[in-house]
Amino acid sequence: MASVKFTVSALALAAAATAADARDQLQIAGSSTVLPYSTIVAELFGENFDFPTPVVEGGGSGAGRKKLCEGVGETTIDIANSSSRIKQSDIDLCTTNGVTEIMEVRIGYDGIVFASDINGPEFAFTPADWFSALAAEVVVDGAVVANPNKSWTDIRADLPAQDILAFVPGTKHGTREVFDEKVILAGCEATGAFEAFKTVAGGDEDAAEEKCMALRTDGVSVDIDGDYTETLARVDANKNGIGVFGLSFYQNNTDKLVVATMDGVVPTVEAIAAGDYPVSRPLYFYVKTAHLGVIPGLQEYIDFFVSDDVAGPDGPLAEYGLVSDPELAATQEMVAAGTPMAPLN
Amino acid sequence: MTDASLPTTPHRGSLIEVDARTRRRNAAEKRFRLYGLVALGIGLAALVILLTSVLSNGVSAFRQTSLVLEMNLDAAVLDKKGNRDPEEMKKVTTIGYGKLIDKALKEAVAAKGIAIEGLTDKDVANMISKEAAAQVRERVLSNPDLVGETVTVKVLANGRIDGYLKGRVTMQSAERDSNVTPNQLRLADALMAEGLLVKAFNWDFITGPDASELRPEASGLGVAILGSAYMMIIVLILSLPIGVAASIYLEEFAPKNRWTDLIEVNISNLAAVPSIVFGILGLAIFINFAGLPQSAPIVGGLVLTLMTLPRIIIPTRAALGAVPPSIREAALGVGASKMQTIFHHVLPLAMPGILTGMIIGLAQALGETAPLLLIGMVAFVRDFPAAPPEGFFDPAAALPVQVYNWTQRADPGFAERASGAIIVLLVFLLVMNAVAILLRNRFERRW
Repeated sequence: MASVKFTVSALALAAAATAADARDQLQIAGSSTVLPYSTIVAELFGENFDFPTPVVEGGGSGAGRKKLCEGVGETTIDIANSSSRIKQSDIDLCTTNGVTEIMEVRIGYDGIVFASDINGPEFAFTPADWFSALAAEVVVDGAVVANPNKSWTDIRADLPAQDILAFVPGTKHGTREVFDEKVILAGCEATGAFEAFKTVAGGDEDAAEEKCMALRTDGVSVDIDGDYTETLARVDANKNGIGVFGLSFYQNNTDKLVVATMDGVVPTVEAIAAGDYPVSRPLYFYVKTAHLGVIPGLQEYIDFFVSDDVAGPDGPLAEYGLVSDPELAATQEMVAAGTPMAPLN
Repeated sequence: MTDASLPTTPHRGSLIEVDARTRRRNAAEKRFRLYGLVALGIGLAALVILLTSVLSNGVSAFRQTSLVLEMNLDAAVLDKKGNRDPEEMKKVTTIGYGKLIDKALKEAVAAKGIAIEGLTDKDVANMISKEAAAQVRERVLSNPDLVGETVTVKVLANGRIDGYLKGRVTMQSAERDSNVTPNQLRLADALMAEGLLVKAFNWDFITGPDASELRPEASGLGVAILGSAYMMIIVLILSLPIGVAASIYLEEFAPKNRWTDLIEVNISNLAAVPSIVFGILGLAIFINFAGLPQSAPIVGGLVLTLMTLPRIIIPTRAALGAVPPSIREAALGVGASKMQTIFHHVLPLAMPGILTGMIIGLAQALGETAPLLLIGMVAFVRDFPAAPPEGFFDPAAALPVQVYNWTQRADPGFAERASGAIIVLLVFLLVMNAVAILLRNRFERRW
């Protein structure tokens, strides 16, 4: 093994002596939803502080958390961006690899919006509509049947007469989790299908939930594994399609998309901050506390990130579409003190 | 041999009249030519569509809109203590500078007597790129004596205003766009008439670093070009000696047995292995095992070297094999050793072929994206890497990955940038291939 390592190192230029000494720039990876916010802060940090601009990579929330938990040291990343909360399995992996303390920083909230082509009709949805449109099985006259709905008017007469076609984020996206939970599952309960599924499953709630979240596979619901630009391209090519986007993405493309209301609420930063718009989620980043004080600029970066100038309601992040956290002051205190997160409950 | 085998009856066909069989043969040939023409036509049409789409989207990235402003660098804001100490002045962030620039533009609008109904202060401020404050701050910090004076600054205009001048944003789209208002576009027209809003060649697109989503107008390819150049240097200095030495040994010295056969088959197979496989290998060996840094050109260069080696060995061996045996025999005949034969006679004659193969291998490596995604070259990197060799270990981007990166961004301004980056990449590839063709035509010898 040692000889292999030697050969590899030798290959990595015989002049291994020239290898960079201590890493001097921060390394960040994770959620592609948090990525734009992270690059905005990295850019501001680089131009206003004496530290180099942090290197920010995407890759997805799960991948970022896994990288964070690879261990402690210069070759591992300092911060993982995540659009969903860290899982116990991640924390276990961290502990196994010697990452015993991580700090959880909630940077704000992100809305998930439903938008269609600007020249098409405007929609006013409820979660129940989406469940009836996309679930694999629905309840008709008390019986569980395969989803027969073809047009939005089949679901509710006052919806526009347009064929149902939805571009939803693929299962590897953090956004899908929120979509499943806050739209499909909520709709399942609202239509009463949940109770029907539960009865069929013999009272098993987990089985009923799973059934609620099973989407139809007849081409009406299309999983998009790429990012929002792909969803936008699909909506552009297929004017009947309705895409699921992040609020900030929609705000940058308001000349091409028209947004649908959910439960009568128009998704805006204000509506989400007030808690009126139902489909939103918190965004996080996770900091390896063992790197605080070792990697230069880490403490300054996270302090800067949560400062009012940056993450506050008038800051550049809010301008890009982040819904700022009403409890930002508490987060600032926690970050300044370097408090690691408590065990998940 | 008997006469019976000779045709006894004379051929009945005529040279003037074409018989049915000949007609069929001629028709078949005509059809085949037509198929060929159709195939060629489809190929050309695809190329034309590709190039027009890239060029029509991307050429505009090479021009950029800027605002020219008279700006008072207010000492009360920028240097409160008045001692012109850059360390003290660093405390004023870009937010402070941004307000000064907003004020300067507002004054310029008022001074020129531009009056637009319903134009708000926010509209005016949003005409300016977020990058502008950083541009001015950097200038002031590098020359603190400017504080207190009124200077002419040229700062980037907002990406949507830039888009308006390039035809991407129109009055109609601005009505619906939450990032720009029709009033801003009217102001842009007025400023252009006054000569405050100018469009010029965009050097920053080629030399500047990437920028965040809030400032597509400031993003550039500098770090990516440098990162790609570093990787190509590594590929060149590693794969040229290794590839040529391996080829010479295999072609000239190696005994022909089962082992060398196995190696040959493996080299041919490796040349056809999908490049993503080398990326996975690189991640496992160079980063996870050897502990080399992520996003660094050294790792990218090593991975691309692995990928390029078989693609260099194959043409190099072909070039060596194409040198006629008479040359070797003549050299051996006058008493040269085997090594002298190879280095004095065979290698110089094979050199044009070897260099051509090398350059084409490098061009392939330059356009390679997939393996780089796995080793962290897809990151947002804004700082330029240091000069080599230390710079090989600093984070950098790469040209093809930058294209991939920009197509994923939300702001439509980045779509233009991505096409612009494709043009730059295509130019590099064209130059490399042209050099390869030139070398081949200039120096190749045929026997």
